[in-house]
Amino acid sequence: MLASIGAGSLEDLFAHLPAEVRFERTLDIPAGKSEYDIVNYFRQRASENATGYSSFLGAGVYSHYRPVLVDAVVSRGEFLTSYTPYQAEISQGTLTTIFEFQTMICQLTGMEVANASMYDGSSSVPEAALMAARVTGREGILVSRAVHPEYRETLATSVRHQGLHVVEYAYDRDSGGIDLEDLESKLDSTVAAVIVQSPNFFGIVEDVRKAAELAHKSGALLVVCFTEAVSLGLLEPPRDADIVCGELQSFAISPSYGGPFAGIIATKEKYLRQIPGRIVGETKDANGNRAYCLTLATREQHIRREKATSNICTNQALIALMATVFMTVYGKEGLRELAVQNLSKAHYLAQQLPRRFKGPFFNEFVVSGNGRPPEQINETLLTRKIIGGLPLGRFYPELAGGMLVCATEMTDRQAMDAFVGVFVAEEALAK
Amino acid sequence: MIRKVRPHITQNEPLLFESSSPGKIGYQLPDLDVPAVDPAAALGESNTRREIEGFPEVSEVEAIRHFSRLSTYNYAIDLGLYPLGSCTMKYNPRVNEAVARIEGLAWAHPYQPESLSQGAMEVMAVLENALAEITGMDAVTLQPAAGAHGEFTGILLIRALLESRGNPRKNILIPDSAHGTNPATAHMAGYQVRNLPSNDRGMVDMEALVRLCDEDTAALMITNPNTVGVFEENITRIAAILHGKGAQVYMDGANMNALVGIARPGDFGVDVMHLNLHKTFSTPHGGGGPGSGAVAVKGHLEPFLPVPRLLRREGQWTWNYDRPDSIGRVRAFYGNFGVLVRALAYIMAHGGPGLKNATMDALLNANYIRTLLEPYYDHPHKAPTMHECVFSDEMQAKRGVRTGDIAKRLIDYGFHPYTVSFPLIVHGALMIEPTETEGKRELDLFVDAMISIAKEVEEDPELVLKAPHSTRTNRVDEVTAARKPVVRWKPAADEA
Amino acid sequence: MYPDNYRYTKEHEWVRLEGDGTATVGITFHAQKELGDIVYVDLPKEGTALEKGKTMGSVESVKAVSDVYAPVSGEVVAINEQLAEAPEKLNEDPHESAWLVKIKLSTPDELKQLLSAEDYQTYIGAE
Repeated sequence: MLASIGAGSLEDLFAHLPAEVRFERTLDIPAGKSEYDIVNYFRQRASENATGYSSFLGAGVYSHYRPVLVDAVVSRGEFLTSYTPYQAEISQGTLTTIFEFQTMICQLTGMEVANASMYDGSSSVPEAALMAARVTGREGILVSRAVHPEYRETLATSVRHQGLHVVEYAYDRDSGGIDLEDLESKLDSTVAAVIVQSPNFFGIVEDVRKAAELAHKSGALLVVCFTEAVSLGLLEPPRDADIVCGELQSFAISPSYGGPFAGIIATKEKYLRQIPGRIVGETKDANGNRAYCLTLATREQHIRREKATSNICTNQALIALMATVFMTVYGKEGLRELAVQNLSKAHYLAQQLPRRFKGPFFNEFVVSGNGRPPEQINETLLTRKIIGGLPLGRFYPELAGGMLVCATEMTDRQAMDAFVGVFVAEEALAK
Repeated sequence: MIRKVRPHITQNEPLLFESSSPGKIGYQLPDLDVPAVDPAAALGESNTRREIEGFPEVSEVEAIRHFSRLSTYNYAIDLGLYPLGSCTMKYNPRVNEAVARIEGLAWAHPYQPESLSQGAMEVMAVLENALAEITGMDAVTLQPAAGAHGEFTGILLIRALLESRGNPRKNILIPDSAHGTNPATAHMAGYQVRNLPSNDRGMVDMEALVRLCDEDTAALMITNPNTVGVFEENITRIAAILHGKGAQVYMDGANMNALVGIARPGDFGVDVMHLNLHKTFSTPHGGGGPGSGAVAVKGHLEPFLPVPRLLRREGQWTWNYDRPDSIGRVRAFYGNFGVLVRALAYIMAHGGPGLKNATMDALLNANYIRTLLEPYYDHPHKAPTMHECVFSDEMQAKRGVRTGDIAKRLIDYGFHPYTVSFPLIVHGALMIEPTETEGKRELDLFVDAMISIAKEVEEDPELVLKAPHSTRTNRVDEVTAARKPVVRWKPAADEA
Repeated sequence: MYPDNYRYTKEHEWVRLEGDGTATVGITFHAQKELGDIVYVDLPKEGTALEKGKTMGSVESVKAVSDVYAPVSGEVVAINEQLAEAPEKLNEDPHESAWLVKIKLSTPDELKQLLSAEDYQTYIGAE
C-alpha cells in the first residue's frame, strides 16, 4: 500500500507537518494490553465500587429491573455500530424504531409530537425553556425549587448568555408541592415558561392543572419535567402542559454512575417546528412503500448554523432504543403493574417512617430528621450492606436533617424492614 | 461490477402498534411482597390514568422478532466500511461493551457514597490523564455529553476567562469550512459569528485572519486537520495572531484521529478543545448516540471548568464542588460514564505506541484511497491528505450526476455512502474517511466500486441517477415528509 | 415570465404596487427554482412593522433555509394564509397566487430604488 501511494514509510505520511508541530516522543500511556488484562482491570475497578448492597437512592436515577431482551436488541451490531440515519435507504431499522419511540413518548406524556430524544433529562430542561422563549417571544423562566437541583444548575449555565432570566419559586413547606401563591406572585407578562417537575424532587405528585391555569392566565407556557418515567404508567399524563421534558433512565437504562441516559421533549403539534433536535417523519419511497426519514432538518445546526434552534446534533439513539424495547416488553399492562409495585413498595416503607411532606407521592419521599444526622444513619446502614437515602442538606439547607428515600420493584421487604430497624434504633440513640 | 454484496430476503414488519393484540403481554414481574396499594386512594382519582392509550401489547417472541427484523434494514460498521468523512466510523471493539456492563460499573448510582465509588472515580481520573497526555493539555473535564455539548462548554470557558479579565468580547471567528455546530455554539454562548474565508489550498486565509482578528475577537474556532482533511500548516502563526490580540484558540477535535501520537494541539497553541470519544476513541455511534465530548484545556482555563472536579485527598478520590470561578454545571451528574469506560478500554488496548500506529494506518488508508481515485474524481485541494480526502463531483456533474447520486449508487455496491455535500467550500463534495480499522481487501472493494460508478456515469448516467436499485427501501420522498409532517403513528380511525 | 409592472430586489423578492397605497410582495420565479421543492414558509404576523432590508420571514426547502427581506418599509396588513397548508404553491405560481404579504407603505419613495423587470433579468442572468 505504501508503494502504491509513493511513500517509503508510514512516517512519510506526516512528514509535511511543520517541525515545531510534530510530537517526537511516545505518548506516556502504558503499552497495549490484552483483552483479558482489560477485563481484569475493570473488574478490579468495579470491585472498588458498591456491589451487593441494597439501595434506597433515587433522586433522579432509579434502580429498575432491565429485561434481558433490552441488551439482546441493543447489542445487535446493526443498531450498535450504525451512524445517524441520514441515508434513509439503509437506515430504516433505526428510523422505524425512532418513529415508534416518538409515538410511545406521545402516548406516555399525553402530548402530540415528540423528538428523537435529547442528551438527558437535565439538558432537556434548558432546551424546553429556550423553546418556550422562542414561542412566546418572552425572556422570563420561572422554575420550581422542587425541580431536581442539578437540573436547575444545568438550566442556569445553559441559558445564561441567551438573554433569559431564570427565577426560582418556592415549594410549599407543608405539602412539598409547588407554592401556588408564590408562583402567582412572580408571574407577569415577561414570563415565557413556568417549569414544574412531577413527581418532583421530593417525590410529590404536583398539581399540574393548577400550575397550567396560572401559567396560561399570564400567557406563559407550562413546562412539565419528570425524572421517574415509571410514574407515567400510573399518573394522569400532564395534558395541560405545553411542553413535557424529562429523563428516561428508569426505562432499562443502567444507572452507570450518571450516564449515558436519554432525555425527551414532547409538545403540542402547533409547536413542532420549535422543537430542538432530531425528528423522524413518515413518508413513502419511490415505489410507494411506507418509509421513514429524518425530517424538518432546517431547524438544525448543519443547515441553519448560528440561527439553529440548538447546537445539538445527536440524539441518544441507542439509549432511546433501550427505552423503546423496555416500553415494548412491559407494554400497556406491564408498565401499569410495574408502577403499582413501585407505589406499593414506597408506601409500605413510608408507613413506618416519619414523612416530611403531606402531598401524594409515587415511589420517593422525604423522611424527616429523627435527631441523628442522616449521614450517621447512612453509615450505620452501610454496615448492614444497605445504601440509605440522599441527605438533603447539600441541596436544601432548610431540610438538612432529612433524607430522600426511594423504593422500586427491586427493593425487597427485608431490606425495607432492616432500613426501618436502623432508623428506629438511631432515633433511640438520639434520645 | 458489484462484488461485495448480493440481495437477500428481508422480512416485512408492521409497526408495534399495528401488531398489538389487546391483553397480550411480554413481561413477568415477581409477586409483590408488600400489600398492594390502590392507586386512586394513594394518588387521588384525578391524578390516576386508566390506561396508556395505544401502547404496545405484544409477546416476548413478537418483540424480539420485531426488533431483529428492523435491525436487518440497517447498514453498520459490523457489516463493512463506513467511509463517512469527519465521522470516524471505526470498528467498535466488543470488549468495550463487555467491561461497561460489569455490575459494579453499570449499576453505580451517582449519589452512592464516594467511599463506594472509588473504582468509577479512578476510571475517570485515569481517562482524564490519558486525554491530557494525548492532547498536550493540562486538564480535562468529562462532563459534556457530546461533541456539540463540548464545544458549548469550551466557549463558555473562554467567555468566563475573558470576563475575569474584564471584557467577554463580542465575536468568534469561524472558518467557512467549519461544521455547522461551531456557529450554532458560538451563538448559544452569546457571541456573534464572523466568517473566516479559506484559501485555494483549503486552509485559513492568513491575510483575512489578520484583518478580522481584533480587540473584539474572543476566539477562533478551528478544526485541525480541517474538514478538507488538510493540516493547517500555519497553525502556530494562527495561534500567535489570536494570542497577540488577547483572544483564545478553540479547536474542534472532530478530526483528532489524524493526530493522536503524532502532534498535540496543546503543543501548537490551542487553549481549549473538545474530543469526540465516539469518534477517535471508538465508542459505538449507536445510530446517533450516545457520545461524549470531553473538553481539554490549558492551565489558565482550568479554574473555570464545570463542577464538580475530581480531587485526590488522603489517598481517596472525592468530588470537589468548591470552585468559585467555575462556569457551573453543564449537565446533571459527572458525564456519560458508560461511554468513558469504553474509551478508556480502547486507550488501554492500544497503549501509547499503538495509538500512534492507529493514526498512521488511518493516514495510510486515506492516502491510498486518494491516490487510487484521483484519476476518476476531481480532487480540488492539492495539499497533503491526512485522515480523510475530499473530492468534488465536477467531472460527473457534466453528465448530470451529482455527489448525492454517486453516494446512493454506492449503496448498491454494498457500502455506506461517504459524507455528501460537506464541507460547504467544496462544491459537490465527496468526503471520504476510511479510518485505520479497514484492511486492504475492503478498501480495494471500495475503490473498485467508486471506479465502476465513475464508468457508469459515463456510460449510463440514468443507472446512477435512479440508484439505489437493490435496497428494500429506495429513494425516500423527503419533500412530502417535510411538507406534511407525520411524526407519530395514529390509529387509522383518527386519520380519517 | 417577469411582469413589467412589478419591481424586484437583488434578494429575489418582487413588489407590486396596488392602487390603495399598499404593495404585494412575493419571491421570484428564479428564487423558488434555486430553492427547489419548498416545504415551509415562515411569515411575519399582521401588524408587524417592517424595515426595508431587514429579515421578514423565511422560505425552506428540505435542506436549505432562505431568509426573505422586506423590499420596502411599512406595516404588514395581510399575509397569504394558504401557504401554511400548501407551501408547494410557491413553486407553482410564485408571481400571482403565492404572494407572501401585503404591506402598507410607509416610505413609498423606496420603490424607486428597486429594479425593473429588465434590470432584474439582466441581474440574474449575470449572477
